[in-house]
Amino acid sequence: MPDWVISNIVVAVLVGVILGLSLAVRRSRLWSETFRDLWRRRRLAIAVVAAYVGVALLDSVAWVGGVEMGEDAVARYQAQSVLDRLFADSQERSYSAPLADGEFYGGQPLRYPGSHLLGTDLIGRDVLYLSLKGARVALLIGGLTSLLAIPLALLFGISAGYFGGRIDDFVFFLMSTLASMPGLLLLIALIMVLGKSTLAICFALAVTGWVGFCRVVRGETFKLRELEYVSAARALGVSEPRIIMRHILPNLMHLVIITFVLMFSGLVLSEAILSWLGIGVDGSWGQMIDQARDELSRDPIVWWNIAAAGGALFGLILAVNFVGDALRDTLDPRTLRDAE
Amino acid sequence: MLAYVIRRIGYGVLVVFGVLLFLFLLFFTVTTPDDVARKALGERVPPAVIEQWKTNHGYDKQLFPGPGAWTDNMLVDHYWRMLTFDFGRSDADDVPILDRIKSGMGPSLMLTLPLFVLSLLVALPLSLLVAFFRETYIDRTGVVLAVLAMSVSILLYIIGAQYLVGRVLHWFPISGFDSDPRVVLRFLALPILVGLMAGIGGDLRFYRTVFLEESNTDYVRTARAKGCGEARIMSRHVFRNSLIPLLTRVVLAIPFLFMGSLLLESFFGIPGLGAITVDAIQGNDFSVLRTMVYIGSLLFVAGQIVTDLSYGLVDPRVRLE
Repeated sequence: MPDWVISNIVVAVLVGVILGLSLAVRRSRLWSETFRDLWRRRRLAIAVVAAYVGVALLDSVAWVGGVEMGEDAVARYQAQSVLDRLFADSQERSYSAPLADGEFYGGQPLRYPGSHLLGTDLIGRDVLYLSLKGARVALLIGGLTSLLAIPLALLFGISAGYFGGRIDDFVFFLMSTLASMPGLLLLIALIMVLGKSTLAICFALAVTGWVGFCRVVRGETFKLRELEYVSAARALGVSEPRIIMRHILPNLMHLVIITFVLMFSGLVLSEAILSWLGIGVDGSWGQMIDQARDELSRDPIVWWNIAAAGGALFGLILAVNFVGDALRDTLDPRTLRDAE
Repeated sequence: MLAYVIRRIGYGVLVVFGVLLFLFLLFFTVTTPDDVARKALGERVPPAVIEQWKTNHGYDKQLFPGPGAWTDNMLVDHYWRMLTFDFGRSDADDVPILDRIKSGMGPSLMLTLPLFVLSLLVALPLSLLVAFFRETYIDRTGVVLAVLAMSVSILLYIIGAQYLVGRVLHWFPISGFDSDPRVVLRFLALPILVGLMAGIGGDLRFYRTVFLEESNTDYVRTARAKGCGEARIMSRHVFRNSLIPLLTRVVLAIPFLFMGSLLLESFFGIPGLGAITVDAIQGNDFSVLRTMVYIGSLLFVAGQIVTDLSYGLVDPRVRLE
């Protein structure tokens, strides 16, 4: 199956999951109140995150044919996403400043004068287009890694916390071992050994990222296991898998959500560092920033590339951090706001 | 107490053995010595040259213990060499790794130690201040600024600072290093400044949370009810009782000072361990990378033991048994 078909299926599944989740949230009073509160407090940040998700979805729905990609004959036979199609007529020959009529060095007239809101890069690609494409990469890194790391942390954390004994010893040892290696070095070592594909990078990020959350899950499960309703369920003869699914797991969900949001920004920022080391994901903002480093020493300097990539990265991380902070305040019982 | 210390150290040794096993699996079985040799020598070399290279670097034994080679194999060799600090020569350029680490530790510490002390001196008073004015505009502004500072990629801080200070303002050199302590300060000022900026947001938020959690406790309310001044509450009650989480974060950061900073060192041309690691990454030098991970975890485990033991010093309630 070609990549673009898989990408479309993933988008369809994702939209389905989001719809299903929002229906489930509506049905539960606790969650609908939480999200109403969140929306009231962080309207702008949520809107910004939604905009990034929207752009990423536009860049994920793709199909073949139906577009003339300028002089690029190969592109006609490749799958083009909605975003690619929107920017199909934007190829220039070299650098041009934002909204300029001519090339930045040499001043040759542009093919599409005045149409590049954020200018073009070295080989004439529209910078706005490249920055928007980065949204998909960033969300892919954050999402895929969380999808790998969070279930792993839940599995190990719950089994350690609930069953204790030998299992706990093993999980604790595993966590201590992984946590004692310097995070960034371990990450780099894993990527160098596993290869530089997106999946390998996400896997490496997950291996280094799940430990912190696992520790939280383990501690929380310890506490939950001793609560009256769990003892009552056990006394009534409820099976252990059922206790875990019905009584432990739902009480960890708020931690899952907070961790997902807080972990997300850290992952995207880590990818930027990896890009600079030359082991990042293709098309990420980190790579754009890395490539723009040489442009700052040109004279006159090419500033719009780094400004666009840095701005796009900053916008997403800031919005996610604000949402994460508010989520922690509303969902975590130890919040400072409630205690005041 | 003694029994606790011994048990704690024993567990630390166990963790180090775990790390070594992990490194062996990663660097000897997932990528075999043959892969490493081909990366160092190129794809189109005759097998004899690869065998010769493996012999020279001590990679020519069988991987796991087996009949006839219970002690003479790569696994035992790996453990033995790491534990005796006999790291051998670099895969990429044959320089003894231990020499390189020794030469890199000084410059790394010259960068990270002042950075560490300065960020403590800036972040702790600031976060006490913000916690003191909790639920006011000062607090909210502080938190928003901290989140803003956290959301900027460190790459942007570095590139921005190099451009602004080095090329526009001409205050400091953009990069470089000098072993003369009077000259080196000029080179270190900019990276320290950047490190401070990049770390302050997260530090401020963490310390603020710790202080606020502590100022919501019952004994603080009692002290306030008895008419104790707010400044005295902060310094005598909140700060002192926050020492356990603070200590965990601070003491655990110390071992990593030796490791230097990957980004700051290589951007600012400081020949420390961070820069050595970056060179190793870019040159596919697995032996150096492996050694750095090992040394890092060794330092971390040692730091953790020290942290656990120091809890007893700051909190008399903690009994080490």
